[in-house]
Amino acid sequence: MTDRSAAAPGRPVDGLLARARRSPVLWAVAALAVLLLFNLVANPGFFSLRIQDGHLFGNLVNVVKNVAPVLLIAVGMTLVIATRGIDLSVGAVLAISGSVAFTVVEGAADPTSGGTAALAIGLAVAAGLVLGAWNGFLVSVVGIQPIIATLVLMTAGRGIAMLVTDGNIVTAENPVFDWLGGGFVLGLPVQVVITALVLLAVGLFTRRTALGVLIEAVGVNPAAARLAGVRARSITFTVYVFVALVAAVAGLMVTANVSAADANRAGLFIELDAILAVVIGGTSLAGGRYSLTGTVVGALILQTLTTTVLTMGLPDEYIRLFKAVVIIMVFLLQAPRVRAALRRRRGPAATAGGAAGTPADAGPVPPDPVRPSVPEPAAGTGSVPGRPAEQGVLR
Amino acid sequence: MIRNKLLAAVTASVAVLGLAACGGSAEGSGGGGGGGGDDTITMGFAQVGAESGWRTANTQSIQESAEAAGIELQFSDAQGEQENQISAIRSFIQQRVDVIAFSPVVETGWDAVLLEAKRANIPVILTDRSVETEQEDLFVTFLGSDFIEEGRKAGEWAVENWASTGAQWNIAELQGTTGAAPAIDRQEGFAEAIADSPNLTIVASQSGDFTRTGGREVMEAMLNSNPDINAVYAHNDDMALGAIEAIEAAGKVPGQDIQIISVDAVRDGMQALADGKINFIVECNPLLGEQLMELAQQVLDGEEVPERVVTEETTFTQEQAAEVLPDRKY
Repeated sequence: MTDRSAAAPGRPVDGLLARARRSPVLWAVAALAVLLLFNLVANPGFFSLRIQDGHLFGNLVNVVKNVAPVLLIAVGMTLVIATRGIDLSVGAVLAISGSVAFTVVEGAADPTSGGTAALAIGLAVAAGLVLGAWNGFLVSVVGIQPIIATLVLMTAGRGIAMLVTDGNIVTAENPVFDWLGGGFVLGLPVQVVITALVLLAVGLFTRRTALGVLIEAVGVNPAAARLAGVRARSITFTVYVFVALVAAVAGLMVTANVSAADANRAGLFIELDAILAVVIGGTSLAGGRYSLTGTVVGALILQTLTTTVLTMGLPDEYIRLFKAVVIIMVFLLQAPRVRAALRRRRGPAATAGGAAGTPADAGPVPPDPVRPSVPEPAAGTGSVPGRPAEQGVLR
Repeated sequence: MIRNKLLAAVTASVAVLGLAACGGSAEGSGGGGGGGGDDTITMGFAQVGAESGWRTANTQSIQESAEAAGIELQFSDAQGEQENQISAIRSFIQQRVDVIAFSPVVETGWDAVLLEAKRANIPVILTDRSVETEQEDLFVTFLGSDFIEEGRKAGEWAVENWASTGAQWNIAELQGTTGAAPAIDRQEGFAEAIADSPNLTIVASQSGDFTRTGGREVMEAMLNSNPDINAVYAHNDDMALGAIEAIEAAGKVPGQDIQIISVDAVRDGMQALADGKINFIVECNPLLGEQLMELAQQVLDGEEVPERVVTEETTFTQEQAAEVLPDRKY
């Protein structure tokens, strides 16, 4: 989970502060802090928390609760993006998962029993796994570019969801889903706890084992990674299955939130929010180095923005504008060129490190003319812009 | 190269849509060949899509009524794309159907294709939503709900039942999709009706995008910023249902602590009304198939029809909802 943007090869290790300043996560954290500060002034009620019926209640709780589905998907998306892929189908997978679950509950002989809920959740998650395996198969075995491969499900998936629900919004009442939608564990919403556990597990799995480094290796250069003995194909396959799995869980959450499965609208554009959260968090779409912490902060920024504008009662037209302005500002602050320019203005002394730049976070990566041709291009990422391994983060 | 990738993605999606459209029209021309000559009426209907329960009920009503009236229906689903709808209408014109009906995806951009229909002497009936055209007489009539009237009915109920109590009513308004005709008109009609009641105040008004999730999230934020909200006016049932979840989560009782008026009267909304969680629903009737078939018959018989035909609609109180719920179709 630690950010590793600092210290490009050959550069002297400098102070913690200087390192932090180059970290894109820092700017995201700063943006979130500014946003919260803004709320402190503009919406005094924003931070009011109260205990009600034995659990926390207030805007901050709404933020962490409503962010849960997006964040869950964004965590999976971070890993996919780290392998230089992308998954556009998560919104459709979410809709299918919710539709499957509620169609099962609605059609069951005893809709309110725990067994029905277990079956519904099991089938929804299984549907997610199958769809993830399909995406993973297209990308890692067939070798279709991720954006195209997942576009198939993105457009067709809602059709599948509508077939499942017969075009209707399916409503059902089941205590397990009611708990998932509005229940609390230790005073915190269930969805927040689930998301935190998944985040913790992914953090441990990828950062306490070599898995994280292997994922980054695949993203930096799949061919080189494969030649170095990394099982690039299985890793790519696995991340697509994982992101679909979390999308399915998010689908259960979204559906439980409103006790209704809406094949058309559930999770609409959530893939874009998830990708945005990942990118705001400082993970480059070009693959390689990733930051889960950044993703968490990115998702929190997006949700805080939404809750802020809703609390302020801004008209809808301005909500989008306001969001766009804030997000563009975060991106500008993260852009290496803007940061270099800012440093130059502060004085030439500070420029020394900046000019060398950290290639990994340098926005659009130019195509690499000298990329070695490999006998068998690694699946899935065949014609993605290349980035030489020596630029990467493996050190 | 990234740009190339995006371009490829866009090309692919356009290709997919294009294929879908072609598939639809090819199917249509196969069935339409025999329709032109004999006495049975052939109607080409271009639907918006299947985006909500309301729309599905609307489609079903049109298909069933056409069958009952002995009208041959060429049905095309535009999947929310104006482009698809225009090509569907063009193919109806080529097949020389007797009458064209459609629910426009958007309000503008219909002049050219409607002119083609006019030149081919095929009358056009609009359903559910209207269009803006340069020329006046490009369609014969528009059959659909009067959204302003719906808002007015909601407002009138509020004046009768809330304003008369003398208490202060702080109303949260959950608007539909920004810029959509039903959202604009329902807001206008409601505001007009409550204008003379000083104790009815809209304290917060935001778009919940006509969805449950939207209604829930907006209501959550409103309850935090305006704890003294005691009434909700939702532009559709789905948002009202989302708001109910938010109100319950905040530890209040929907229908009592916070009273709710909504528009649409879809099944789930009616259920909530019968359960006492919603207080009043204004109907927005999707079952306009029968009226549409009658209109088509009249137009083809050369009878004069009014330019604007309003769908037959009613309102429901909690008691009425409990009564009609068992026979509710949608």
